[in-house]
Amino acid sequence: MSWETVIGLEIHVQLATKTKIFSGASTAFGAAPNTQACAIDLAMPGTLPVLNKKAVDMAILFGLAIDAEINLVSAFDRKNYFYPDLPKGYQTTQLDKPIVGPGTVEITLADGSHKNIRIHHAHLEEDAGKSLHEDFDGMSGIDLNRAGTPLIEIVTEPDISNAEEALAFAKKLHGLVTSIGICDGKMSQGSLRFDVNVSVRRPDEPLGTRTETKNLNSFRFMEKAIAKEVARQIDVLEDGGTIRQETRLYDGDTDSARSMRSKEEANDYRYFPCPDLLPVVIEQNHIEALRASLPELPEARKKRYMADYSLSDYDAGILSDDASMAHYFEASAEVADDAKLAANWIMGELSAQLNSSETDINDSPVSAEQLGGLIVRIKDGSISNKMARTVFEALWNNPADKSSADDIIEQLGLKQVSDSGAIETLVDEVIANSAQQVANYAKADASKRPKMLGYFVGQIMKASKGQANPQQVNEVLLKKLDALI
Amino acid sequence: MHNKTLTELSKGLRSGEFSSVELTHHFLNRIDQLDGVYNSFITVTAEQALAQAAAADQQLAKGNTPVLCGVPMAHKDIFCTEGVRTSCGSRMLDTFVPPYNATVVENFAAAGAVVLGKTNMDEFAMGSSNETSYYGPVKNPWQTQCVPGGSSGGSAAAIAARLTPAATATDTGGSIRQPAALCGITGLKPTYGRVSRWGMIAFASSLDQGGPMARNAEDVAVLLNTMASFDDKDSTCLERPVPDYTATLNAKLDGLTIGVPEQYFGDGLNPAVEQAVQDALREYENLGATIKDISLPHSNLSVPAYYVIAPAEASANLSRFDGVRYGHRCDNPQDLEDLYKRSRAEGFGDEVKRRILVGAYCLSAGYYDAYYKKALQVRRLIQQDFVAAFKQVDIIMGPTCPNPAFEFGSKGSDPVAMYLEDIYTIATNLAGLPGMSIPCGLVDDKPVGLQLIGNYFDEARMLNIAHRFQQQTDWHQLAPPSITNVSLQDESIAHANGESA
Amino acid sequence: MTIERADIEKLAKLAQIGITEENIVATTNSINSVLTLVDQLQAADTTAVEPMANPLDATQRLRADTVSEANCRENFQNIAPAVADGLYLVPRVIE
Repeated sequence: MSWETVIGLEIHVQLATKTKIFSGASTAFGAAPNTQACAIDLAMPGTLPVLNKKAVDMAILFGLAIDAEINLVSAFDRKNYFYPDLPKGYQTTQLDKPIVGPGTVEITLADGSHKNIRIHHAHLEEDAGKSLHEDFDGMSGIDLNRAGTPLIEIVTEPDISNAEEALAFAKKLHGLVTSIGICDGKMSQGSLRFDVNVSVRRPDEPLGTRTETKNLNSFRFMEKAIAKEVARQIDVLEDGGTIRQETRLYDGDTDSARSMRSKEEANDYRYFPCPDLLPVVIEQNHIEALRASLPELPEARKKRYMADYSLSDYDAGILSDDASMAHYFEASAEVADDAKLAANWIMGELSAQLNSSETDINDSPVSAEQLGGLIVRIKDGSISNKMARTVFEALWNNPADKSSADDIIEQLGLKQVSDSGAIETLVDEVIANSAQQVANYAKADASKRPKMLGYFVGQIMKASKGQANPQQVNEVLLKKLDALI
Repeated sequence: MHNKTLTELSKGLRSGEFSSVELTHHFLNRIDQLDGVYNSFITVTAEQALAQAAAADQQLAKGNTPVLCGVPMAHKDIFCTEGVRTSCGSRMLDTFVPPYNATVVENFAAAGAVVLGKTNMDEFAMGSSNETSYYGPVKNPWQTQCVPGGSSGGSAAAIAARLTPAATATDTGGSIRQPAALCGITGLKPTYGRVSRWGMIAFASSLDQGGPMARNAEDVAVLLNTMASFDDKDSTCLERPVPDYTATLNAKLDGLTIGVPEQYFGDGLNPAVEQAVQDALREYENLGATIKDISLPHSNLSVPAYYVIAPAEASANLSRFDGVRYGHRCDNPQDLEDLYKRSRAEGFGDEVKRRILVGAYCLSAGYYDAYYKKALQVRRLIQQDFVAAFKQVDIIMGPTCPNPAFEFGSKGSDPVAMYLEDIYTIATNLAGLPGMSIPCGLVDDKPVGLQLIGNYFDEARMLNIAHRFQQQTDWHQLAPPSITNVSLQDESIAHANGESA
Repeated sequence: MTIERADIEKLAKLAQIGITEENIVATTNSINSVLTLVDQLQAADTTAVEPMANPLDATQRLRADTVSEANCRENFQNIAPAVADGLYLVPRVIE
């Protein structure tokens, strides 16, 4: 008998504000430890929170982007637990009155089908700091720079049925939050983190006991963690065991997971309304102003790509889902003056390289301008497709080098010879030195002749050190040979 | 000099009768000689005070200075003072020197006031007798075997003992009004949101409010002019103009309607205290006011509601004291839990621990609705009682406390006996209303207080009502017998109390 | 509602406050005394009464998203019990 998987996600999205949710300290990534932790972030006695307007606006923008209801009155609560990365001993979050109510995100699966994933709600909260486990004589070090960074936590309904859907949803969400500019989308810096709730059941049976795997910060890890947890639960159940409600940790480096704490050990968080913050009241006209400011959403962008650039549904989907990808595509297409070729290169060579090196499009060593410039040279016949790949590789491998495609072509001496005079000279030389082959060609049946051209082309390309424009070579060669017969 | 009110001292500074340095020396000297008995200061900042006084004298010489320029005062040790230890009466913060100032501290510094030091208090403001302070109890200058009240007992006792003409204080359930009553001084808890809480170490955030203490309403009005401000660092501080609280002090009381809640005169009220309050009400009738009986039907629930809400908020507010970033840390913690449990067990006193545990209980799974939510609902009922009452009357009056100052240790080991001392003051905090205590008599040679409860942001009217009373009576001018015959040069005064200075 | 030793132990863990064996009975008694006091609340009819978390009839003020805090690590860490390399030190954190 088969098993059904039921998955719900909780996604923590770091908002791209300049300052913390409750303090004026910077949120810039990568500062020296505790240099961006002010008195409020450190929970110094007597300090008080004041809410960042930008964080509220970004949460509203997200709600609008998923057609959710924006709660005109929302409120903050305290979630109490002790942990060294949580300076106040409570996290300020929203429990009963989140800012964003129910909404929907539509995902597209590989077979082209669509599915709606319902969003239960999204709420504002503060991020915690970081514990660094390097050894300080048996101690851990605490860096509170991240403490107080604004987050929205997005909670889905358990509408996801497998890892593929979870991945499609995660990518869709990534594209959405980056498109509307509320998150930089940098997974490697923890800008998006996923908690995965997984249970399995026999069809038509009630929901099984679920486990939660926390803090997955890459798409790949999330996919693998889900697959692993589903397999584990099925194994346990098929062996006659029971699933324990627990929180699990997945280690992407070793592809292994373990139990962190069971439900019985779970904290009693003692939520209650935060008395230092008053109800957040949002005016309807402010929501409308934000709605008007919403940039193009991925769905609309996809339709535009299909209409304006004649891209396929699939291509348009891939290029439009992610804001950075879309931006890269549009910038390179503009330089290249050819959307189709730009799309091909991005989804072919560039994506392959990005994937194999696990590089974010934002960190691509080849810029959109460089790729566009490369395509220009392919189009005008300066270089062959094969040469273009060589140039692309050179650009990829020298990210610090700001050379243009033209510079690389020049440096490597790859410029294709398209000067018809020069090509004619080359062809003439090869024909003159290949009397036997010319004779054979002339004798051969017309249907066999095309195959025989390879020899001449090879000789000509060799003589040109690979730089002759193959198309031109073909044309000139045919003309000259035909003239000889 | 020390018998002068703050307003008189301000005038003396401006007329050149004495300099701020002289005045500051005078009070520092008194603290030095007398406070060994009263223990009203935790930290005396003599050097800084004299430097501030010298700076103030320069300002005064130029003229056109704020009223408080050069006037000595003290801050309750709950207000963070940059570079000066701020202990909150707790071992937890015994070595805590904040690198920032409370807004209230900034406001007084900007006005040129001279800060003599930080006053003693119940630990984290949790107490009504000052017995929970890590730095030992404060003695009531009227009778040193009695408590000064709490939690702002240090501020109240220091003013009563003429060690400072004024002090800041805070009030979460009566911590300004009760010690003011027990020490025979004047204290005002403003409307919640009138005074910034930034840098004021939190006990129960939705109840805490800073306010001034001094010898009379006029001085309190002067202090509130500086203490109250809009502060964008405190989300619960309201953006509304601060009136000149001294401008209307002398307004006539004709037509004033005073509400007297029947619930404030029931069982448990000391008859002599009741008589003093009734006498005060007669005085108000003489001043042209009308007395009206009112009912605040949910009054009996204010203490139970408070002892859910305040501990619940405190249990979270005090979680930050974990031995990691500042404050007390136990020696050689074995693991994380040991660090937390031992640092907090050693750093907090019994009453603080008790309230944290009660708060955690009331918020815990399964009890939230029965305790915390219920208390918040009762809180609204209590507020609605007041809203209804203020449709009929301009101000509410009654006793501040059921009894005059009690003796140390007399409440035994049951915490609830102590909690009931705040039975008349707590409802005001739950509702967020302004409350005030002014001296209105002596019972057993100890002062008792008349409580004034005003409508929201009606502090100016309350101060006017209090001031008019003080112009007709002299209760506020009485000084504790133990200090009345003391002159600055007489170093024997401390010994007169049987203890060495 | 009265609580027992086991409840106190649970609360002590939630609040991370160590309670010594000799104090546990006194602590339990005094907390029960407080709970007896607050149990008076149960008598109140609060049907349809909206809980009141804050006395102010006001709404949250919002702050502009501009950096206002400079790096004050040295000031803050001068008063910290244990620091190294700019980090606060705690006994090893095990997840």
